[in-house]
Amino acid sequence: MQEVIKADNLTVMLGGKTVLEDISFSALQGELTGVIGPNGAGKTTLLRAALGLVPIQKGLLTVFGSRGLNLKEARPGIGYMPQRQSFERRFPLSAADVVATGLLSPRTLLRRVPEKGRKVEKALHSVGMEGFSHRSFQSLSGGEQQRILLARALARRPGLLLLDEPNTGLDFPAQQSFVKLLQELKEKERLSIILVSHDLVSIAPSADKLLCINRTMHIHGHPAEVLRSPHLDEAYRCQFDFLSTGSGIERCRH
Amino acid sequence: MSEIFAYGFMQRAFLAALLVGVLCPTISFFVVLKRLSFLGAGISHTALGGIAIGLAAGLDPVFTGGIFAVGTAMSTGHISRLGKISEDTVIGIFYASGMALGIALISTFKGYYPELFSLLFGNILAVSRGDLQVMAAALVAIMIFVVLFFKELLAICFDEEMAVAGGLPVGPLYMGLLAAIGLTVMVSIQLVGVVLVAALIVIPGATAYRLSSNYRSMLAYSLVFGLAGSLGGLFISYYYPVPPGAAIVLILAALFALTVAGKYIMEKHF
Repeated sequence: MQEVIKADNLTVMLGGKTVLEDISFSALQGELTGVIGPNGAGKTTLLRAALGLVPIQKGLLTVFGSRGLNLKEARPGIGYMPQRQSFERRFPLSAADVVATGLLSPRTLLRRVPEKGRKVEKALHSVGMEGFSHRSFQSLSGGEQQRILLARALARRPGLLLLDEPNTGLDFPAQQSFVKLLQELKEKERLSIILVSHDLVSIAPSADKLLCINRTMHIHGHPAEVLRSPHLDEAYRCQFDFLSTGSGIERCRH
Repeated sequence: MSEIFAYGFMQRAFLAALLVGVLCPTISFFVVLKRLSFLGAGISHTALGGIAIGLAAGLDPVFTGGIFAVGTAMSTGHISRLGKISEDTVIGIFYASGMALGIALISTFKGYYPELFSLLFGNILAVSRGDLQVMAAALVAIMIFVVLFFKELLAICFDEEMAVAGGLPVGPLYMGLLAAIGLTVMVSIQLVGVVLVAALIVIPGATAYRLSSNYRSMLAYSLVFGLAGSLGGLFISYYYPVPPGAAIVLILAALFALTVAGKYIMEKHF
């Protein structure tokens, strides 16, 4: 399988502080990589580095073959879903309008977005929201809004999807349904997905690979291996007890 | 009613009300969606410093006030984007400093400056042909900017982080929007004055926001409220002894209050 993103000893400093240090990992096409870690661990910065939005101090980050200052060139192939607090929930847009904002790029400046309607409908269809295009975004439930925002990230037909805490604020059934949708997309579209979350229980059962970071890389590998590792307790600075069943992890106490 | 239009100064006043009645609601749409209401209030008060400099130096106070308004708006955006100081803190500092500069300079003036009071409280009836040309030029320039970049500005207002990630030139477009707000404040000062101008770039959009579930209707409502306020205020001030600037703002405020009350009643009882 093709390598979509690769980090080698990646170090990022923001405002004179080291936010990420010596992070190394790779993600393949059709793979769901979970990035876990406590609040302030540098998870969002890792996604922003992949988008070329923060300067890389040391090491290498390669996305679709672009690296360093050329990382911005990889953006058309990336779908991004920022944290929920990045937007105003009562904003007067329809679901289709929200998805259409995902089609904007430097190429669409001063011109119409080509085949906008078809692309929006296709993105809505891919997240099971095809009947919602004219619905007001503010009238949708939290779970439905997340699906619309996912459709926005998918509108450009990306090869890599970066999702920043997409389950925050959703109830448990909505979280389960969202993760199931990601699994389907990964298999059907052969998407590489990097999913950031501080809630490792919701992310571990569906991930092919987990990275546990807290400024530095504490452990990475198969979820079962990561969850058994003492490095996990070290990263979160607390003790974890997991109750595992045949179908995966069911509960976590800490 | 036709007698109102028999006077040249009233014809110019209505034209000014029409121009500002289109310009302010358009900018108000973005001010409310991007939550820049405090910026609007801040830059209008900062303009007092520029107006006082203009009067002291014998320059056109609207021009110097305008430079201050646009400069404040763009400096606020630039400083807050450096990430060290929040936007509201920067506005708070400019707001007070601009006013203080204005008050300090005005206190040194000897004699009576009628144009100072016109600019503080507005005097739409004193609008000249040259003022109308400046207003029309500002309206055309801002409308060209808004029409050309409408979809990008809307995306930035909705989710700036996503717009940056999508590769849009968010910095220049945001600065362009701030300059447009500054320019709007400058040309609107003659209508309602430094003290009340913030109402024109906040209330139409805020009222429309409460009624709209999509941006198209919000923009349309904002224009309707803006024109109702500016033209209605002028009519009222012709027939009743109320200054036009105050009448315009009171109509806008009444429309906002009616909208809030009407929406509350509708939600409660229907």
